[in-house]
Order: sequence, then structure tokens, then C-alpha cells
Amino acid sequence: MWKWLHPYAKPERAYQLCVTLQPYFLWPGILCLIAGSIWGLAFAPQDYQQGDSFRIIYIHVPSAILSMSTYVAMAVAALVGIVWQWRTAFMAMIAMAPVGAVVTFIALFTGAAWGKPMWGTWWVWDARLTSELILLFLYLGVIALYGAFEDKQQAGKAAGVMALVGVVNVPIIHYSVEWWNTLHQGATISKFDKPSIAPEMLWPLLIALLGLALFIAAVTVMRMKNEIIRREYHRPWVKDLAARALGDDHAV
Amino acid sequence: MAGLAADNLTCIKRDRVLFTDLSFCLSPGQLIYLRGPNGAGKTSLLRILTGLSAPESGQLLLNEEPLDKVRDRFNQQLIYVGHKAGINGALTAMENLRFWCAQHSTDFIAQQAYDVLARLGLVGLEDVPVRMLSAGQQRRVALSRLWLKQATYWILDEPFTALDTDGIELLETHMREHVANQGAIITTSHQPLSKQAGPFTELMLEYRL
Amino acid sequence: MNTLINGIFKRDMALAFRQRSELAQPLMFLLMVITLFPLGIGPGPVTLQKIGPGVIWIAAILSSLLAMERLFRDDFWDGSLEQYMLSGQSVAAIAAVKVLVHWLVSFLPLALFSPLLALFLNLTVDMYIALMLTLVLGTPLLSLVGAIAVGLTVGLQRGGVLLALLLIPVFIPLLIFATSAVDSAALQLPYRAQLAIIGAMLMLAMASAPFAIAYALKVSQN
Repeated sequence: MWKWLHPYAKPERAYQLCVTLQPYFLWPGILCLIAGSIWGLAFAPQDYQQGDSFRIIYIHVPSAILSMSTYVAMAVAALVGIVWQWRTAFMAMIAMAPVGAVVTFIALFTGAAWGKPMWGTWWVWDARLTSELILLFLYLGVIALYGAFEDKQQAGKAAGVMALVGVVNVPIIHYSVEWWNTLHQGATISKFDKPSIAPEMLWPLLIALLGLALFIAAVTVMRMKNEIIRREYHRPWVKDLAARALGDDHAV
Repeated sequence: MAGLAADNLTCIKRDRVLFTDLSFCLSPGQLIYLRGPNGAGKTSLLRILTGLSAPESGQLLLNEEPLDKVRDRFNQQLIYVGHKAGINGALTAMENLRFWCAQHSTDFIAQQAYDVLARLGLVGLEDVPVRMLSAGQQRRVALSRLWLKQATYWILDEPFTALDTDGIELLETHMREHVANQGAIITTSHQPLSKQAGPFTELMLEYRL
Repeated sequence: MNTLINGIFKRDMALAFRQRSELAQPLMFLLMVITLFPLGIGPGPVTLQKIGPGVIWIAAILSSLLAMERLFRDDFWDGSLEQYMLSGQSVAAIAAVKVLVHWLVSFLPLALFSPLLALFLNLTVDMYIALMLTLVLGTPLLSLVGAIAVGLTVGLQRGGVLLALLLIPVFIPLLIFATSAVDSAALQLPYRAQLAIIGAMLMLAMASAPFAIAYALKVSQN
């Protein structure tokens, strides 16, 4: 069934695919992000309870959702790499990891910033924020483990195992932190939870979500191109590529 | 073809290609002397043969069957002596050998072990923690496994390290006897094998940039 | 089975007894860390009882991170691990036996000292019973899941802090449920649910961790 994917196990083909896909991710992504942000931040109606401070959800919610999805995508790449031994799968995994970590940080930062007008403090141990923080630690662990190995294929397998252990643990962590929160916070209703949301508020949110998703894909693709070049620099096809880029006949 | 066959092995370590499409066969009654400069991939090749490392591509066959399918049978017929001695410093030589034989499903008879250690010049040192022995003596304890387990295939990585001339002679003689009894050995060595080791085939690995 | 017992179990037990002083260190670390809390926070008995379960479990996690490194380290560096992997025995089974020995050797001294810890932190008898139950179920979980990360990092020169970074997020659910169980015991509330969840996590680990550990060791062999 997945035969069409097999050519991309080769770094050269994967590189070509990244080059092809990049503009389709980058420009629509930036466009949607700008559109969603301006719509949400300036034009969407005020929330009846929170006034203007709720507008941060147009950044916070997409980044929180996508921080989770990127981790799952990273784990899928790890699984493909471990089971089928694809170098490119591990390259994709490590391309995604820092992007996901930054998005998680954005989610944490905007979540905390939202807390200031809500609860008057810059940080609360809310269930969602705590889960995001732990997710950030999981990302950082994968990145740190990858960096600790000299042989990057070995690094990919090791970091891949941790990514898989992490992905199995993410639901467990999520529900245990939620449960812990109810124990210690009592019945505080968090505005982070799903309110019934008016359509005028929903559309900019969806557009921002799509925009951020495309943008994450674009940055991942850019990082993957770099990773492929970094690891395959001694191959003839990379030397040709560099020569063409430099515009002369000398190999670099 | 009977024996351990390598079929188009390619090895990449740290993103550097060590060798591509390497094929050869190690048959019973054969000694292969694996040669090449430092960094050519000799240790990597030996580790691929044992199964500790996986090749980038290619496969291994044992008596025409894929090695993965008959891994257990191969391991029973294999002794690997690598760079690391495989003995624990806090245990004595006898204890190390006793546990190793238990792990490898080999009968351990204390008297036989004492005899082997004696032949290797370790009389009186059998029951002290191995870390108190010299490097050469520790290497001899590691090599004593070659006398304790009946196995066809010997994969030896620099077995002569730290051995003195007596030790080298002892090992080479034992290797010749093993090959004469239809054993198969592949080994590397910094110094060339002498006549003591008997007839051998050379396998050369080039250093690739 | 015989080879596992004679080759691995007895060997690791013999080594453990020969390296008793090395084994005592994590336990002493645990005691000292726990001592830091009354010193840092104040010795008020009510406060200590409130933070007690959390303190003991956090100290247990930290000290087990220190102790865990010896699981495969010596065997990796002296080449014994290679020999295990070539012995024809299932590496998952070998790993499981090694983790079992490690747990027996780390947990039993802890169990012996636990009344002292309970005394230091002013725990009631109910809390102590709950604590022991969570430790019995939770420490094998620490060892099993921890061994996966230990297997991955065994070949690294400076794996110690990295090991902690990898494992602490994964141990958080265990920490939450274990401390909650002891807190419930303090309030005379039932805590069977928390124990059941820890037990379920342990079952999952017992079923899957040995294979993950075997793969991790294979990755370290490269």
C-alpha cells in the first residue's frame, strides 16, 4: 500500500521532495497566519467576559494543538525509521523536534501571558499548562539524546526510542496531570476549556491553526533539507548541487 | 556453499561509507586473515558477521540460509573475542568462565577450566579478581573461552593484543588445530600471522575517504 | 531458564554482594535528601506530614536515577554485554533478569529503612502502609522504564544528567498517583484506585519494557 513512499527512503529523492513542497507550505502558511492573526487580534468581536485579553487564543490554541500533533508526527517518523531503517525518517524526526519544542514554548508563553489578566499571576499550575511544560521536557529530552551521539544513524534510533516512549506516556501524563489538578485546585473552571464559541471567533482560529500547521511544515521541510545536506555532503549528488548553486564547475 | 557467507555487505558508520558490496565466504576448515589499515572497517565487518551490528544493506547466510532465521543455531556455533575482553574485573577468572559457560549453554567442569588456565600460564591466578591481573593475563583469560566451548566459528578481533611471544605461539597453534578439525576462523591482527597459524586466506579492506 | 538463572541471576547477585558499598550509596543519598527537607523548610510536624509523601517519592525517584546507571554500565564497557547478546538467549529475557536483580538489591534495603523515613517525616501508620504499597508497585516500574533509557545511554561518556532529563517527565504520572495514594491514606480515604493505576502501569511495563530494553541495548552496540 505504501509503495509510493518507498523512493523517499533515499536522501536524494527526499531532498527533491522537500524542495518541491517548500513553497506550497511556506507561502500559504504565512498568508493564513497573517490573515488569521489580524482577523483574530483586531477584527473578531470582544469576548463578553474577558474583553480583549482572550484574543491571545488565536496564538495559544493553535500552538497548543500543534505542539501535540508535531510530537505525534515525530513519533511516527521515529517508528518508520526504526521498523524500516530509513535514514530519511530519522532526519525528518530530528527536523521536527526543535520546531515542535519552539511551538510548545509559544503555547506555554501565551498560556502564561493569558493567565495574567485572568488570575493576576504570570504562572499557574493549571492542568493544560503543566502538561505543556512536561511535553516541552519530552521534546528537549529527545533533542538532547540525539545530540549526545556521534553516529547520527545511531542517534536517530536512540532518540526514536525515547520519542516512542514519550508518545506512549503523553496520554498517561495528560490524564494524570488533569486528575492531579482536580485534586489540588478544586472546581475552578478554566477558560482554556471548550467554551461554546461564536462563528465570528471560530473562523480566525481555524485559519490561524491552518496557517501555523503549514508554517511548521515549511520550517520542518527547510530543516530537513539542511539535515540531508549535512549528513550526505560527501555524496556526488550533493557536490553537484553545491557546484550548480555556486555557478561554477569546481566541486566544493 | 557451506559456511558463513557475506552477500553484498555495505557498511556506513558515522555517515561514512566503510565498504560496499563486499562478498566472501568463511567455510569450515578455513582461516581468513582480515587485513587493512586503521579505520578501514575491519572491526565493523567482524561485528556485522557476529550480528552485533547491522549492515546498511546486504545479508549474511549460514549454509545458504539467511542468518537471521538461524541466529540461535549460529550463536551456539560461535565464539567471539572482540576488543573488549568480556570479563568482569570484580569476579575471578574461574567465576567469569563459569558464568560465561552457563550463559552459552556450555558445560563447565572446574577441573577442565583449571587445566585450560594452566595451559595459558595462569596457574595460581585463577581465583583472584581479574582486575588484579595484567593486561596480557586478562587477555589470556578472555581467550581461554576458545578452549572451553566447542564452536565451529571463531570471530576474533585483534586476539594477539597484549600477548607475549609465548602467548602468540599458543594461540596460533590452537588456531591451526581448530582449522584442521574443520573449524572456521576469521581474525584480524596488527602483526602478520606466522607459519604457526597454518595456511590462511587474506581478505583486504581498503581505506576509503 | 537454567542458563538465565545460573548465567545471569547468580552472576549479578554475586557482583552485587561484592560491590555492597557501591549499592549503599544511592540509599545514603536518599536519606540525606530527605534530611534536607526539614532543614530547608522547617521541622514543623504538620508541614512535614503534609509534604512527606511527595518528599519520599521525589527522593526515591532521584536516588533510583543514580542507582540505575550501574544496570548495564560495567557490562557494556568490559564487553560482557556483547557476550550476552551472542549467547543465544533472548536479550529481552536477560534484560528482565538483570532488572529483577537490580530491583531486589535496591528495594530491599529501602524497605528496611522506610520506617526511619516515615519517622523523620512524621507519617502516620496508615500513611506508612500506603507508602510501602506504592513503593512495592512503583519501584519496579521505575527500574523497568528506567532501564530503557539506561540501555540507550550506556555507551555515552557522560550519560548521568541526560538520563535524569529523559526519565523525569516519564515518571511524573507515577509520582502523582503514588503521592495521592499516601495523601488519601492520611485523610482515611480509600486509595485502591491509585494503586490500581500504578499496578496497571507496572503491568504494561512488565509486558513491553524488556523488549524496548533489548532494542535499546542493540542500538548502543551499533
